[in-house]
Amino acid sequence: MNRILTSSLLIATLAMTACTNAGRFGSQEAGAAGTSAPANGGIVPGSANDPRSTAFFQQSIGDRVLFEVDQSSLTPQGRATLDGQSTWLMTNVEYTAVIEGHADEQGTREYNLALGARRANAAREYLISKGVPADRMRVVSYGKERPIEICSQEACYAKNRRAVTVLAGGLTS
Amino acid sequence: MKSLVLSISLALISLFGTLTAVQAQEPLRIIIDEGVIEPLPFAAPSFQPESAEAGQLAAEVTRVVAEDLIGTGLFREISPGAFISTVSDFNAPVQYADWKAINAQALITGAVNVSGNTLNVKFRLYDVFSGAELGSGLQFAGTTEGWRRMAHKVADAVYSRITGESGYFDSRVVYVSETGPKDKRLKRLAVMDYDGANVQYLTDSGAIVLAPRFSPSGDRVLYTSYESGFPRIYVLDIGSVQRRVLESADGTMSFAPRFSPAGQTVVFSLSQGGNTDIYTMDVATGQSTRLTKTPAIETAPSYSPDGARIVFESDRSGTQQLYVMPASGGEAQRISFGEGRYGTPVWSPRGDLIAFTKQNKGRFHIGVMRVDGSQERLLTSSFLDEGPTWAPNGRVIMFARETQGAGGSSSLYSVDITGRNLRPVRTPEGGSDPSWSPLQP
Repeated sequence: MNRILTSSLLIATLAMTACTNAGRFGSQEAGAAGTSAPANGGIVPGSANDPRSTAFFQQSIGDRVLFEVDQSSLTPQGRATLDGQSTWLMTNVEYTAVIEGHADEQGTREYNLALGARRANAAREYLISKGVPADRMRVVSYGKERPIEICSQEACYAKNRRAVTVLAGGLTS
Repeated sequence: MKSLVLSISLALISLFGTLTAVQAQEPLRIIIDEGVIEPLPFAAPSFQPESAEAGQLAAEVTRVVAEDLIGTGLFREISPGAFISTVSDFNAPVQYADWKAINAQALITGAVNVSGNTLNVKFRLYDVFSGAELGSGLQFAGTTEGWRRMAHKVADAVYSRITGESGYFDSRVVYVSETGPKDKRLKRLAVMDYDGANVQYLTDSGAIVLAPRFSPSGDRVLYTSYESGFPRIYVLDIGSVQRRVLESADGTMSFAPRFSPAGQTVVFSLSQGGNTDIYTMDVATGQSTRLTKTPAIETAPSYSPDGARIVFESDRSGTQQLYVMPASGGEAQRISFGEGRYGTPVWSPRGDLIAFTKQNKGRFHIGVMRVDGSQERLLTSSFLDEGPTWAPNGRVIMFARETQGAGGSSSLYSVDITGRNLRPVRTPEGGSDPSWSPLQP
């Protein structure tokens, strides 16, 4: 009981973050197909305990991978997260994804745009190598324009150097 | 009279030397010591109103002329409270002894006439110690609405006659106006006079906009916008505020655009499959050409003023460095070899220098170097300085400075190429990514 409570709290916080990300595209992550399935077993469709939902993807699978300073190569932890993403994406074929690449503020604007493009592409290429069809994933770089943490310290920078897989129920079924 | 012209141009030309130049002969003594020179004292009695309606504008025009000159750091205004003479007639002979007595080396007199919507501004410049007019009187005509431009034109003429350089006051700056905290920052394009007056917004803040760049004629602006969800380059007509996208292939991102000196070509970066290279596009036909073909990041291209070469940044060596290549592509020469990382190179309108952003040991600097990479000189240092742009005369640089921490914000500054006269440029909101226009016609 205790464990369940803790995890749903975590979900609530992180889901808020994810909303801001998706909203930037004007797309609706809530548009997951199949959410009309009957709410059996106490699973609320689209909620974090619906394994086909965006919220589940963000929380239980993990929607982001982090990078070292000025690097775009995937860490072992990043690859593990992307393994989970690839399995999920191949099961939930109605979703498309935009992979956002981001940089921390330590760098010039243009370079960081290019660096974010490298990061997003590294995640996309890995997912393709695991079998996710290339035409379901696009990339965009925000460079240093959209930090999620705003302090000027490594603790914040580490979270800002990221590639985030943002889902869209683009293939409305 | 000659000495007045020569000594200040000497001051401006000897930028890279540490030099103490004391003019042996009076009247002028200009001392340059580690880039610090003694500002030249001038007097600017309030311009004469020649019509009843001109009283207020005459005072305002005089103020803007004086502020332009003071703002360069090369001139110092003598307070009108110290004046012995008054100038009550634009055509009356000047009492040189009275101006000499208060050590005014230059005297600027003027007259302002308003007739309906039409404004006329006349001025004369005197070299007090030589006891002669410097150049002949000039007159500018325009609208009362454009009075600041006429004041800037007077100041440009004064600056030009005394320094031997062309001026830069009658110019505009397009930039990104910023509000909000770092994680919810709103950005929109704005254009203003070089001194921060007459701000006009060119886009709304519905989508991220970045790095606007003036066309060589100053009537259009290239910039990057996320309005499609992906970074794309747009060209915007300042007069009509109409914009159009420069088409690029699906799945690509394009950014960092700049016009060629002839204005017919745009050089920019295009990212595809994670790799960023430099391309050019013919603005009329949309035909694009790829100039770099490496797996490295190649971005921030800028043409030489003759259009023959392009300076850009690349991390092909492992870190961001500056390179120069022919405008049609081909072999690139690395020009930056100092410690740290170099980015955002911009070729001076005079062709002699390249301004850049340097990142070293956790600090950012704006600097200049010669086109061959020699004589690097850092002008600023802060937590985050970036994105230099040149004044039309190649003597002053504007850039953006972002402050540190959760409450950090960005604002515009200018500095001259000796590293002197660092000043904030006042904008109504935060500012970044400035681009200076050519001198207005």
